[in-house]
Amino acid sequence: MEREKIIEVKDLTKSFGDFTAVKSITFDVYKGEIFGFLGANGAGKTTAMKMLIGISTPTSGSATVGGFNVFTQADLVKRNIGYMSQKFSMYDDLTIKENITFFGGIYGLSRKQIKEKIKQVLVELDLEQVANNLVGSLPLGWKQKLAFSVALLHEPKIVFLDEPTGGVDPITRRQFWELIYAEANKGTTIFVTTHYMDEAEYCNRVSIMVDGTIEALDTPKNLKEQFNVDSMNAVFLKLARNIE
Amino acid sequence: MKRFIGFVRKEFYHIFRDRRSMFILFGMPIAQIMLFGFAITNEINNVNIAILDKSKDAETKVIIGKISASKHFNIENDILNESQIESVFKKGKVKAVLVFEKDFARNLATQKSGTVQVISDATDPNTANTITNYTQAILQLYQKELNKDVQTPYQIQVQSQMYYNPEMKSVFNFVPGVMTVILMLVSAMMTSISITREKELGTMEILLVSPLKPIVVILGKVFPYIFLSLINAVVIVVLSIFIFNMPVEGSLFLLGLESILFIITSLTLGVLISTISETQQTALMISLMGLMLPVIILSGFIFPLSSMPLPLQVISNIIPAKWFIIIVKGIMLKGVGLSMLWKETLIMVGMALFFTIISIKKYKIRLE
Amino acid sequence: MGISVKNISKSFKKVKAVENISFEVAEGELFGLIGPDGAGKTTLFRILTTLLIADEGQATVADYDVVKDYKSIRKSVGYMPGKFSLYQDLTIEENLTFFATIFGTTIEENYDLIKDIYVQIEPFKDRRAGKLSGGMKQKLALCCALIHKPKVLFLDEPTTGVDPVSRKEFWEMLKRLKEKGITILVSTPYMDEAALCDRIALIQDGKILEIETPQNIVANYSHKIYNVASHDIYNLLLDLKSYPTMHSVYAFGEFVHYTDKETNFIPADLVKYLLEKNHSDVEVHLTNATIEDVFMELASSNKSN
Repeated sequence: MEREKIIEVKDLTKSFGDFTAVKSITFDVYKGEIFGFLGANGAGKTTAMKMLIGISTPTSGSATVGGFNVFTQADLVKRNIGYMSQKFSMYDDLTIKENITFFGGIYGLSRKQIKEKIKQVLVELDLEQVANNLVGSLPLGWKQKLAFSVALLHEPKIVFLDEPTGGVDPITRRQFWELIYAEANKGTTIFVTTHYMDEAEYCNRVSIMVDGTIEALDTPKNLKEQFNVDSMNAVFLKLARNIE
Repeated sequence: MKRFIGFVRKEFYHIFRDRRSMFILFGMPIAQIMLFGFAITNEINNVNIAILDKSKDAETKVIIGKISASKHFNIENDILNESQIESVFKKGKVKAVLVFEKDFARNLATQKSGTVQVISDATDPNTANTITNYTQAILQLYQKELNKDVQTPYQIQVQSQMYYNPEMKSVFNFVPGVMTVILMLVSAMMTSISITREKELGTMEILLVSPLKPIVVILGKVFPYIFLSLINAVVIVVLSIFIFNMPVEGSLFLLGLESILFIITSLTLGVLISTISETQQTALMISLMGLMLPVIILSGFIFPLSSMPLPLQVISNIIPAKWFIIIVKGIMLKGVGLSMLWKETLIMVGMALFFTIISIKKYKIRLE
Repeated sequence: MGISVKNISKSFKKVKAVENISFEVAEGELFGLIGPDGAGKTTLFRILTTLLIADEGQATVADYDVVKDYKSIRKSVGYMPGKFSLYQDLTIEENLTFFATIFGTTIEENYDLIKDIYVQIEPFKDRRAGKLSGGMKQKLALCCALIHKPKVLFLDEPTTGVDPVSRKEFWEMLKRLKEKGITILVSTPYMDEAALCDRIALIQDGKILEIETPQNIVANYSHKIYNVASHDIYNLLLDLKSYPTMHSVYAFGEFVHYTDKETNFIPADLVKYLLEKNHSDVEVHLTNATIEDVFMELASSNKSN
């Protein structure tokens, strides 16, 4: 069965002055897949991700996301993806409801749709009791789960998650991944970065960036076989160490 | 001492490596002064004036001749009585009216004194001021000629009167004001920002968990700016001398010392601001709203204090800038020394001490 | 005694950040505070580094009282806050020189202590700290915290946001420091790092769940843990959760960790159940507990109390 490609990246490069952060990377992401995008700090992960979500113009190469060209159709790219980062997720001084309403509005949802979405999110995350609490008062784990749901409000085909579980407690981290699984099960493509190597194992396929290039890309199982080790952590260490 | 020097060295690294603070420190004062220099020109040429000669004698004729001969003035028309003054101003054709008193020559001969009134349209205050000065100069020159070989000197009294803006500020009044604002801005804002930046970056946490004493941190922060602000003050004075032909009647040395005193007062205010703000943004807002506005409005820089309601006049006393402006004007324009300015100086010393003590008291040795 | 904490509590407005915490760290011990963000780790660090005053309880660091003798503590501890807290516009060397100076020492005087770490960043000593990679920043921060030869070292989440390679290197450095007799209190949200400490305290919601050696914590785990795998992890999770005698189900890398309520649990029954639910490639076999298993067990029973 030929799988549908939803992200196509070819020779994508980004330079800042004479420093090349991303060196001609090429990969595809298929529809409905959980794609892990790993790399050491400074390997170029964030730069690559910024190009894919249309907020940074590539120096050269080509990339389409959801069928839209990141060079020429950045606006359409942005409209058709969901994005959640660890740093900024929601307004701490707005309540849960207000945040959902605000972000729903940004993505052009009608008032009726927003109302339905609020209900749905509150039920799914079991937040009905605290719907009118300020987001700032929630524990980090809840915030992150809520941010994920907010990124999905407009039902995008692809969601980009930038270290969504950093610092979150282990139970909530797993609950978060269950949300990811559930969403992927519905056919949404998940593009995720993480520093937790056990989370890399949850991905369908994993790419590992070292020094601006993609050094490995396969299923966790194949990668472990290829490097003859028993965990993704070991794969990662081997790759990153070899290069240095 | 070693710690202090190490701290100061670090501060200089910060300042010299940050283009923004370098710009605020040196670019802004120069830009401000240049702006004033070009906006307020004290060179006038071919200004239209009118004459009301109630005397029409030989003396007034000579003086009018001298005035019309100068390249600065152009006598537009003669008017016959005082009621016409207002209307020629309203037409906007002339900038000033010269009024010779009745029996000018006779008064000069018998009482050795004649009066000329210069009435100027002060909607453009600088021009008005310059016109008055120029007329004065011409009359003085004439007076000298008259007095060349007489024993009791003749005196021509010049009465100047401003229409529309009687409390007009002279160009020279702006320089002390600008200098005050810049020193205040650089000193208070830069220190408060540099301290809050450490809070924001989290480096303050490390400084706190070290044997550094609060006084070393405060002095270390303040010291570089005393030095830099002083350079600023010098730049401003030098530029104002060359661009405005600003006189410095009094002692430059005293001016320097007083500037240092004002800088220190502003710096301690900056430290105080930093103790109550957690972010650079707050520090900036407080510096701008809490310091800049009062300095501009309540220091007598732009609006004359004497015409303010009493409560505001009382409040103005707690603004260090007010006292500094008095001192600078005193030294630069009047040429007075410490004997006349000791009171203002003492007030500033008191304020500096007060703010220093409060800042050290308020400086938090912990995070909350 | 390196550090002694007795019944420490601290609240911010209504939120109890730290609640009645007690523990002791022996001289020369590498002690880990393991818990997620918001567990109260940073508050505890700030109390011990004299930056905050506790509402209740006493604490000593290197036998100095954290409130009364705060000046002595500030002379004798090294502190690396959670956020990278060096001057980004100063070079590596300038940062280090600055911190040496404010502690009244020089780089040369204590060079022995930082040598191992410093040689790794020395080639870049003229580079500004802001332009360093995450791993290098962290090494510099450690050097700065060590430059005055502290008796006790406080490291608040030194490895958060750092990639696995740098994390591993960092822990190797800590081990060597420990051998030099420095007491180290380190916090981390990464459970896998806990195994590298002498003793750990598991902490969540301002309370300590357990204090033990990593080995004992794992050994004391009361349930048998099974690794379960199938071709479809998502449905495996859902189906395991609805298994009648299920005690806990957590995804763990390529496997799912499963524990059962019953002591006489028979794995074959579970395999049969999963096959009935149309799972293929089903695997169920016993495995060893990890610190993360223990943490989740303690955290969930603590919550339900």
